[in-house]
This record gives sequence, C-alpha cells and structure tokens, in this order.
Amino acid sequence: MGDTRDDKPLLEIRGLKVEGRTGEEWRPIIKGVDLTLRRGEVLGLIGESGAGKSTLGLAAMGFRRDGCRFAGGTVHFDGIELTHASHQVRRGLRSSRIAYVAQSAAASFNPAYRLMTQHTEFPVLRGVMSRAEAEADAVELYRRMQLPNPEEIGFRYPHQVSGGQLQRAMTAMAMGCRPELIIFDEPTTALDVTTQLEVLSAIRDAVQSFGTAAIYVTHDLAVVAQMADRIMVLLKGETVEEAPTRDMLAAPREDYTKSLWAVRSFRAPEKTGAGAPLVEVRQVSAAYGTTPVLRNITVPFREGRTTAVVGESGSGKSTLARAIMGLLPPVSGHVRLSGKELPRRYQDRSREELRQTQVIYQMADTALNPRQKIGEIIGRPIEFYLGADRRTRDAKVRGLLEDIELDPAEYIDRYPSELSGGQKQRIGIARALAAEPRFIICDEVTSALDQLVAEGILKLLTRLQAERNLTYMFITHDIATVRAIADDVVVMRNGEVVAAGTKEQVLSPPFHPYTELLLDSVPEMDPDWLTRRRPPATGPAG
Amino acid sequence: MSRTLRLLRTMPPSALVGATVIVLYVLVAVFAPVIAPYPEREVVGAQYLEWSSEFPLGTDSLGRDMLSRLIYGARNTIAIAFLATTLAFVLGAVLGLLAAVLRGWVDQVLSRIVDVVMAIPGLIFILLLLSVFGTSITTLVLIIAILDSTRVFRLTRAVAFGIVALDYVEAARVRGEGILWVMRREILPNAMPPLVAEYGMRFCFVFLTIAALSFLGLGIQPPAADWGSMVRENATLITFGDITPLLPAAAIAALTVAVNFVVDWMLHLSSGLKE
Repeated sequence: MGDTRDDKPLLEIRGLKVEGRTGEEWRPIIKGVDLTLRRGEVLGLIGESGAGKSTLGLAAMGFRRDGCRFAGGTVHFDGIELTHASHQVRRGLRSSRIAYVAQSAAASFNPAYRLMTQHTEFPVLRGVMSRAEAEADAVELYRRMQLPNPEEIGFRYPHQVSGGQLQRAMTAMAMGCRPELIIFDEPTTALDVTTQLEVLSAIRDAVQSFGTAAIYVTHDLAVVAQMADRIMVLLKGETVEEAPTRDMLAAPREDYTKSLWAVRSFRAPEKTGAGAPLVEVRQVSAAYGTTPVLRNITVPFREGRTTAVVGESGSGKSTLARAIMGLLPPVSGHVRLSGKELPRRYQDRSREELRQTQVIYQMADTALNPRQKIGEIIGRPIEFYLGADRRTRDAKVRGLLEDIELDPAEYIDRYPSELSGGQKQRIGIARALAAEPRFIICDEVTSALDQLVAEGILKLLTRLQAERNLTYMFITHDIATVRAIADDVVVMRNGEVVAAGTKEQVLSPPFHPYTELLLDSVPEMDPDWLTRRRPPATGPAG
Repeated sequence: MSRTLRLLRTMPPSALVGATVIVLYVLVAVFAPVIAPYPEREVVGAQYLEWSSEFPLGTDSLGRDMLSRLIYGARNTIAIAFLATTLAFVLGAVLGLLAAVLRGWVDQVLSRIVDVVMAIPGLIFILLLLSVFGTSITTLVLIIAILDSTRVFRLTRAVAFGIVALDYVEAARVRGEGILWVMRREILPNAMPPLVAEYGMRFCFVFLTIAALSFLGLGIQPPAADWGSMVRENATLITFGDITPLLPAAAIAALTVAVNFVVDWMLHLSSGLKE
C-alpha cells in the first residue's frame, strides 16, 4: 500500500509532551520527543518501565490514557494532526489505518465471541470488505501467521487457544484492514521463549510482506534487535539515542545505552567444591486433584550453592517449590532438610523447620501486605521466630535494610506502595533473610523487573549468599539469568526432570534435545539471529 | 491528623452535606435532654395542638410535645440502629473471614446456614421471631443484627477469598502464623474499604427496618419516642391537612440520604486508592 509515496514520512512527532496527573499535580511523562517514521519502516522503542515508551506508542495513534494530557508538540499521521483531532477523526483512523497490538492478547480479546467474529468486525464496519471476503482474508492471515489449522482456528473462542496463538491471532486481526501503521506494545513479553520465537518470526514476516510501518515497544534488547530497522532509546520521557539497529548494536554512543547493553554480562563468581545436599527432594510425585503435575522428581540442593530450576510455564517448577514448602503435599516421595525428613504438610512442620526455608516471590506487589509498613513486614519474622522484643527487632530491621542497600531512616516507615518495583523485591529479600534461613526459594524473582534493576537484585543475592552461606533454589524461565547466577541446573518439562547437573554439564554440549531447544530459542543480540534461526516464510502478500 | 484534614478538604459537596447532617443528628441525639423543651414522655398540653410559640410543632395524640419527642426519637432510633449494625458487622465479618481462611466444611456449613436464613423474607422473619421472643430492645437488636450479619458474611467472605489467594497471605501461613493473626493482620486491613462502605448502607437499612417495625407496633415500645411509631400514632392528622406526622418521616429520609452521600464518597475513595 502506498509504496510510491516514500518521500513523505508516514508519522511525524515533533516536540511531543505528555503529562500525567497525580493528585492535583501534572507531572511530565514525555518531555519533548521527536520521532519520524517512514512507510514500511519498523522502529524499536526501548527503555525501562516508566520511561514513557507505551505512552509514546499510544500517542502515535493520537490516544492518551485516562488522567493524561497532551501538553505540547504535534503528532502528524500522513499529514493529519492527531493531538487535537476530534474523536471521530481518530476513531476513523484507528484499526483501518493505524492498529494496536497489546501486551496481553488474553485480556484484549472479548472472551464471549469467536476469534473470527472479532476479526471481521472492523473490516466490515469500515467497509473495506464484505463479511465473506473478510473471513477468507482472516484465514489467509492466520496461515501467514503460521497458526495451526488456519481454516478452523477462527471459529474457536479465545480461551480455547494458547497464549502464543492468541498473540498471533491478535496480530492477524490488527492486519485485517491492512493498516499503514501498527503499534506493538510488548507483544511477546508474557510468553515463553520457545513461543516467543514463533510469534516474533510470524510478526516480522507479516510486517515485511505487507510493507507495514511499525512501532515496536519492548524492554528486551535482543528482541528489538531482531524486529527493528531503527532503535530509539528512551529514559524518563526523553530520547537518549536514536540510530539504525546495526549501528547502535555495534557502537552505542551514550553511557546509558552502553549500560543497557552491558547488563547481560553479569556472572556470579564460580564456587569451588560441591557441598553436601542441604535439601533433598526424593522421588516426589504430586498432583492437583487427579491431574499429576510432578512425576518422580529427585533433586539435591547443595549447601552454599545456587540450583536453577528452568522450564517453560506449566513445566512444574513452581509446583516443585510448593511441594518443598509443604503447600502442596506430595502424593509419594519425601523432602529432607539436613538429612531429616520434613512432614508433608506445612501445618505439621515445627516453627524451626519452617524458619529454615523461606521464599522470595515473583510479584513483589502481591508478596507484601500493602497495609503494613516496611518495618512491620521485615520485623514480623524476627518477632515470630526469634522472639525478639521491640528494640532488638528494630535494630535488626535497620541492619537488614542496610544489607539490602536501602537507607533505614528513609524506608522503615514507608508503605510498599511508596517503593519502586526493584525496591519492593529487595524488601521481599529482607523479609526472607529476617528469619535467618538456610534455604531460600527464589521464584522468578527478577522476571517482573527491568534488566538493570534485575541485575542489581542478582548481585545482591550473590553477595548475601557468600556472606551467609545460603542455599538457593532459583526458579526461572530465563536462560540469561541461569548463566549469570547458577551453579547447578535442573531442566524441567511436563512435571519431569529432563536434565540435571552442574551448569557446565547442562549448558554445554552434548545437550539434552529439550535443553538445546530452550537455549536455541533465546534471542541473541545479533540482528541476523532470527533470520538464521528461522528463514522467513515465502509467498505472495495476501 | 493532617491526613484527615486533607481528606476533608477533598470532600465533594454532597458528602460534605451528608457529613454535616450526620454530625447534626448525633449532636441532637447526645444532647437531647438539653435541647428538648419538654421531657420525652410527659403530657404537657391538650391533644393535637396546633403549632404555637409554646409548642413549636404542636402536641401529639396524648398531648406530648412533638418537638421534644422528635429530638428524643433521634436518640432511641439512632442508638439502636448503631448497635444492631455494629453487632451485625462484628458477627458477619468474623464468620466471613473464618470461612475464607479455613474453607472446607467450615465454609460449607456457614454458607449454607446463611443461604437458608437469606431465603426467608426479612421483615416477615423478624415479625415471626419478635412474636416468639417478645419485643424488647435487646431481642430487637439481636434479631436484626443476626439477620443482617448474613449479608455482611457474604461480602466479607467474597472479599477475603480474593485476598487469601495473594502471596503475602501465603507467606504468613508458611511462616507458621496462627489463623487469628492471618485474619486480623493480613486480611482484615485489606478488606476494610468495601466493609466500611457497606457499613453505611447497612446502617440505613437497619434504620429503616426499625422504623418500619415501630410503625407496625413491634419496634421500640411506647412510651419511648421513636420516629416510626410517631408517624403511626399521629397519622390521622394528615387527613386534616396537618403535615406534622410527616416530620419524623422526613427526619428518617434526611438521615438515609445523608448516610448514602457519605457512603458514595467512601466507595469512590476506596476504589480510587487501588489505582
């Protein structure tokens, strides 16, 4: 569409300012950003959470979230000014000429209608196609997105297809009216690596073959390297750097960009000698109702070392943690702590046994009681397990806050909502440490955090382990994190252990086939990686 | 303190009006003996006297001063409604939290009992119980509290079910905390906003129930003054174009509206705080 009008930019944003309201005040979210997008070009927007990348993505459609306002600048889409455009004008553009793909397809589809019904709604409404044409076109798009059974899948409801398929169906739906611009807002962030790979290559092929311009918002550098022609780095609402993908990957100019690039290089120091197992899981099987979720698992967690448990969602890695904690009593097998068998149910365990095993949760938001102050949250285990009085408790809380690199005077009386994501996760760590445990289960502790922040957490955990001789069970789906922090690795799939051993044994050849698939699916910081990994599907544009 | 002041400053006009009316009612109820020109139960003049400087709102069917009875009525009706609502909340919230935390048979038994109680039309059930146990203030408060606690139970249970599933509650349980601590410290503070809003609503309903019962002659017993029975006793006056019997009804209506204004604002606040 419109290949001949390459001279004029499709989207031109000049000096855009967006402000958001907190209470009575307007605070800047975007502080004067310029952006130019030509037809058929893919721009990667990258930055930490709060950098304003989603806000900028929405502004490109002339849209702003509730409680936000445009405070200056212009957004021109094909010559039409959008910040002051009427609702009708913007609505007319949306879906027919500009489309949006959200992070969570599951939350964006209406669960009450079939995929096809939702897909054909806009093309028919906009008069682009008749219903029959739109349905035929949908099947063609489903095929192009490499969805299984393209003729049939459109007649399913959203809950009947997997997350990765739903995300592809959403992209197909965005393509329905052949828009000139598509905004992708972290479309693969919630997916497993192997699924992410399929979705990424499907999106890229479709965008290329239709010549659609796109803005791809993500926090993952390796992903943006595959998808974008040009990358724009945002920090606190301002452009840090903008350059063609290959140039920026080869030679980032700004310090902030360099620091983003360097994050993946963190490595915990190697540990010498294999300690005796502190926690041993022996032939444990567990089930939710009658559905088996763990099958005959045997894993030793060696003292003073980090054992990473890796696998996709549904592989049973979090369930294994629940079985160890006694939240999901095993059907057979047992768990030993320092050679002593633990009761199956946590209710039957002694306070001392409970104290030695602590958990750090994935979502710090739900792991900390929003109505308790930091001092109470960290102080409670000290009171509860060690029977400390108020003064000893407060002294210990202060010590712990210093240990997790937060100023006690400033943070002890705050509520969790007054902290950033990384700080909340640090409080979660301090609460676990407060019990003076020997074994800590870290359940995806970094997966909800930005890379820079996550790296800080990994460094902190490594330091604390060395200081206190802690043993970690580190649950993650991210291979980069495993490489950074693990001593031993356990790979799980469908409730079974498929590979186990030291990091060198598991993550170097010869691989177990599934480990190889996992390793292979992790995007690398090489713009040609996706092309090498999976050649683009060929075929005429629908 | 500064937080309370800031909260008051952000109050919308409707809530401000509501709060003012409630404060006024409470003041009237507390200082009734000081404000009222005549005692509550004393016959001070002829029957059905017109409004005059001596009796600002005239006298009732027995010759008691209307204004004084209206003032004392605030005392009786509000105090009983307050007691019954609070009792209903203590009972319903505790049982609702227990059901959410313990689940299993405790939840099943409690929920089914509540289902049965709620299946019987409220007013008829109260009338039945009152005729069995006799009408006294204590039985009145207890019966209303128990019947109303079923609704509080359902709300608390539903809200707590969502909170029990959160990681911080799991963390407390795996730490080995007792059930009371989990209920009181982890769940209750987070379930408060909807409960507070519901309290205001329930208060209105209890208030109306008492007024209705009094009107039917089964509520607060004469000679104690209360607004419901005052409407009934003097209803005949309406036939003669006198609006006096409507005044206690208006008092009930004004308080109900005022409480709802404040509750609306609280609902808005509690939903806004979640962000």
